[in-house]
Amino acid sequence: MTEKQIELRIASVSKLEIGEGMTVPLYLCRVSAGFPSPAGDYVESNIDLNDWLIRNKLATYIVRVEGDSMIGEIHPEDRLIVDRSLEARHKDVVIACIDGEMVVKRLVVEEGKHFLVAENPQYPPIELNGDRELIIWGVATHSIHRLRT
Amino acid sequence: MKEVFGLIDADAFYVSCERAFQPALEGKPVVVLSNNDGNIVARSRESKALGITMGMPFFKAKPIIEKHNVTWFSSNYTLYGDVSRRVFDTIDRFVPALEHYSIDEAFVHFDHGHQEQDAQEIKQTVRKWTGIPVSIGMGPTKVLAKVASRIAKKHPEYGGVVDLSGKDVDHYLRDFDVADLWGIGPRYAQFLKSEGEDNRDQPDLWEASGLEPILRKQKIETALELKNCPDTWVRKHLTIKGLRLVWELRGISCLPIEVFERPRKGLCCSRSFGRPVTTLEDLKEAVSMHCTRGGEKLRRQRLAASHLTVFISTSRFRQNPDEIYSASASWGLPYPTSYTPTIINFAQALLERVYKPGFVYHKAGVFLTDIVADTERQQSALACIDDERRTKLMSTVDRLNRKYGRYSVRPLAVSYGHSWEMRREHVSPRYTTRLNEVLKVKAC
Repeated sequence: MTEKQIELRIASVSKLEIGEGMTVPLYLCRVSAGFPSPAGDYVESNIDLNDWLIRNKLATYIVRVEGDSMIGEIHPEDRLIVDRSLEARHKDVVIACIDGEMVVKRLVVEEGKHFLVAENPQYPPIELNGDRELIIWGVATHSIHRLRT
Repeated sequence: MKEVFGLIDADAFYVSCERAFQPALEGKPVVVLSNNDGNIVARSRESKALGITMGMPFFKAKPIIEKHNVTWFSSNYTLYGDVSRRVFDTIDRFVPALEHYSIDEAFVHFDHGHQEQDAQEIKQTVRKWTGIPVSIGMGPTKVLAKVASRIAKKHPEYGGVVDLSGKDVDHYLRDFDVADLWGIGPRYAQFLKSEGEDNRDQPDLWEASGLEPILRKQKIETALELKNCPDTWVRKHLTIKGLRLVWELRGISCLPIEVFERPRKGLCCSRSFGRPVTTLEDLKEAVSMHCTRGGEKLRRQRLAASHLTVFISTSRFRQNPDEIYSASASWGLPYPTSYTPTIINFAQALLERVYKPGFVYHKAGVFLTDIVADTERQQSALACIDDERRTKLMSTVDRLNRKYGRYSVRPLAVSYGHSWEMRREHVSPRYTTRLNEVLKVKAC
């Protein structure tokens, strides 16, 4: 069977209407006269990556990581699923804009002070004390790491 | 329960879309160019302050851009369309009714009583989820909501939210230029602001009788003055649409929120394929052909379209249901047009949204709707850019095709299946629709 190419495109998820029921197939298999499948009562719809990975599709974006400061958790070329509607909290991996650059760091809150730290000890932490131009752009909820190239 | 209408309007939308993915550009001068990098179609507040005007040709703006380090982008309609969808769907969660008015404006209904809190919540949520700043104007009618929105934009000290419901509206209408009213185009504005000509017989007798002030046309320069004009006069000179406008200024709602798209007058060009079509390139060529035909039909009838829908589908009769797919996408064009290259350009962007690889397509087509007369197209402010040259180009093409046969002269997109060779030097990535163009972040 030839492989179908299906692109995972967040933006093409169809709108989920409130109150809209999920369609479930009535029959998983054709019922020929006689013997129905014993699995007929247990039919479920397939696991949907969108449902699993995306909580709020309107505020969800995919970003691509370059660089190795987050090695241990996130690798170069990984894709992150970022939700801009979440409030960043202690230990979240966040996307931030520091001095005009879009970076990925972990937010650490210690004794009321906020820091952006890297996983890789070679990179120093940055304290958020209003000195630098800083915006928290969104919170990364999942990272997608490709195993097979 | 009194109705409260709101008009939610993104600030410098195209610019804001670019800034959403490059926050470093906040507060800096930015502009976005039209198709072919020809004219300025969007400017940030900072660019406006530098003297860059809407519609200014790029070559004219270049010295200012270079001198002040203004960042410029080619238009990225794929991105803008997707961000627009997110903005509208976000607003949709907060209001009982929403009408898409254009790519960056929506009319909404607010529940009376707490519209100010709702407006603030919408503003903050849209900003957070999509990065887009919006202004919100509210009032007892659509026209007043639009007036309020305009005031919000002009006066940032109001914090981007202005509510005219329950206020002394006249106070605001007194300083509101009649030309800025929704529905009053440049020609009506000129007419309203002019002194009427005195062409009566025996002017001295009229003057003696004291009827003069009623009969001579006064200058109408503000919205308040228009609001106070007699109905019969308005009906006569500004048509029923003008009368509705005036009633709305008076707080009488005549224009409902249109949640469902009205059935539109339109024309459709489509065709089933003679051979199986699977690639995006082939579909683009077919759709471009339909756009060419559609453009011709519009021009022949001296019409223009403001709304474009593209649809594609596989055969409905395939054995395997997994092989059946059909989709359409549509767009309100920024101005009514019958210029084929513009239609092709938008159609190709729409096609990219609905195309899915792995299917065997059987039919494709375009709908051109929201048809208006060609004269109305000419009045639209944005359409005036480059309009004469474009009109001449199209009429020459049409003339040659009539003489030498259909499609003798045709857009590049139709013959070779490439995108119309546009100059788009500084187009930003399609951050939200292409996996290989997503935002890059540094782990550093």
